[in-house]
Amino acid sequence: MLHLNKLTKQYATGDMALKSVELEIPKGQVVALIGPSGAGKSTLIRCINRLVEPTSGSVILNGKELTKLGSGALRQARRRMGMIFQEYALVERLTVMENVLSGRLGYVGFWRSFLRKYPQSDVDEAFRLLERVGLDHMADKRADELSGGQRQRVGIARALIQDPELLLVDEPTASLDPKTSRQIMRLICELCAERNLAAIINIHDVALAQMFVQRVIGLRFGEVVYDGPPDQLKPDILTEIYGEEDWEATIEAIDEDDEAEQGAVA
Amino acid sequence: MAVSINKNGQKIWAVRDRNAQLTRWFVYFVTVAVIMYCWQTISEATTWFFVLDAPRIAGDIGGRAMPPKWSYINELWKPLWDTINIATIGTVLSLIIAVPVAFMAARNTTPHQKLCRAPALLIIVSSRSINSLIWALLLVAIIGPGIFAGTIAIALRSIGFCAKLLYEAIEEIDEKQVEAITATGASRWQVMAYAIVPQIMPSFAGISVFRWDINIRESTVLGLVGAGGIGLQMQSSLNVLAWPQVSLILLVIFAAVILSEMVSAKVRAAII
Repeated sequence: MLHLNKLTKQYATGDMALKSVELEIPKGQVVALIGPSGAGKSTLIRCINRLVEPTSGSVILNGKELTKLGSGALRQARRRMGMIFQEYALVERLTVMENVLSGRLGYVGFWRSFLRKYPQSDVDEAFRLLERVGLDHMADKRADELSGGQRQRVGIARALIQDPELLLVDEPTASLDPKTSRQIMRLICELCAERNLAAIINIHDVALAQMFVQRVIGLRFGEVVYDGPPDQLKPDILTEIYGEEDWEATIEAIDEDDEAEQGAVA
Repeated sequence: MAVSINKNGQKIWAVRDRNAQLTRWFVYFVTVAVIMYCWQTISEATTWFFVLDAPRIAGDIGGRAMPPKWSYINELWKPLWDTINIATIGTVLSLIIAVPVAFMAARNTTPHQKLCRAPALLIIVSSRSINSLIWALLLVAIIGPGIFAGTIAIALRSIGFCAKLLYEAIEEIDEKQVEAITATGASRWQVMAYAIVPQIMPSFAGISVFRWDINIRESTVLGLVGAGGIGLQMQSSLNVLAWPQVSLILLVIFAAVILSEMVSAKVRAAII
């Protein structure tokens, strides 16, 4: 469904953030993108919806080449790619409802959105999504009154109301406590499964990624150095991605966590 | 910051090294010398007899000005109302122009660096560089004396002030919110309405009432050059040395300014 072909990004400073990245993501697959800070994870997902313009190469979503689109066509293409951010990136001074409905901006005209006259179907969908993420009683609160976990749920609802085929998720849990992090990751993965969405999730927490995703891609210095199932992430591979460190503890911790998690569910 | 090693091999740290410290003392010395020279020049150009006489004269005028001529207040209501209108309408007019100018001047929203940003900055600088009293002088000559000239003078002076503060606020917004709204497929105008406007609203409200507050004070003097408002009464009372009237006018202006301060504080608190 999504195909990255020799995607390259060189910043004006001369840094090569992405070096000819090749990637193929089928429909409905949730992928974790791991790698050290500065490996190009954020750049990669921003090159897909062109918040960052790639230097060369192509991004093909459902057979459509995104890198060549003009601004109108690009906006239409962006509607099908929901984005979720590290620090939520909600519009702090707008209400929860306005934030969720802002996901429909690509579909409604300027004056309708300016006057907040969204079609009733959009409002219905917004209420449904808020209920799904557990915030239906918060619709009228201002975004800056919410806690971190609640804000990220609003961010998720905003991405989903776009009716996307692909979610681009940039460090969704980096500002959250461990429990909320798991809840948010679980929510994202459940929603992807419900709606058969593909997702690329940038994440620092390797253990958390292994818990939830079907496929892990390791990025180092702008190059893919690992692409495979989460349980194949052995210490030597983590060393290749992140550099020398004792990885046994990280991986063992996951196994225990997994058991504890399953025990709790059972 | 200077780190050096003394003869015992100890690391010594000081805020500045020796050269920087000497330069600093030299700058202090030059500053004091310039101030003393200026003082001497001013002193030579001053007739000290008049200055020594000042407290007595001030006391004399103060004595004549007391008590204020309260009955004169009835002739002041109309000019006071004019003054407030000049300030209010002038502020509103200036905001209508300042908002688009600010968006063109802010680095992150300007449509074009050279074609839009440069002219916008030029408008801001030229508006700010001319005092409203001088604008009023010019406008009284061009469109004739009266309230209209005063209103336009206030508006012209305020454009630069409001646009400058507003464009600084626009440049300081959180770009992540802009990024998030852009990622939904929103158009340029929608990004502005959803991601930028909510972020600058508190600044906009603050700047507007702050400028309105300043304009109340500025419009009280515009009458001096014939541009309407309470300054006209002030001018004529001063001309005939009617000190009790002058003191009443000063009291009225004082009350008006206090009132405007209170209103602007309330508005700011309500919006932020």
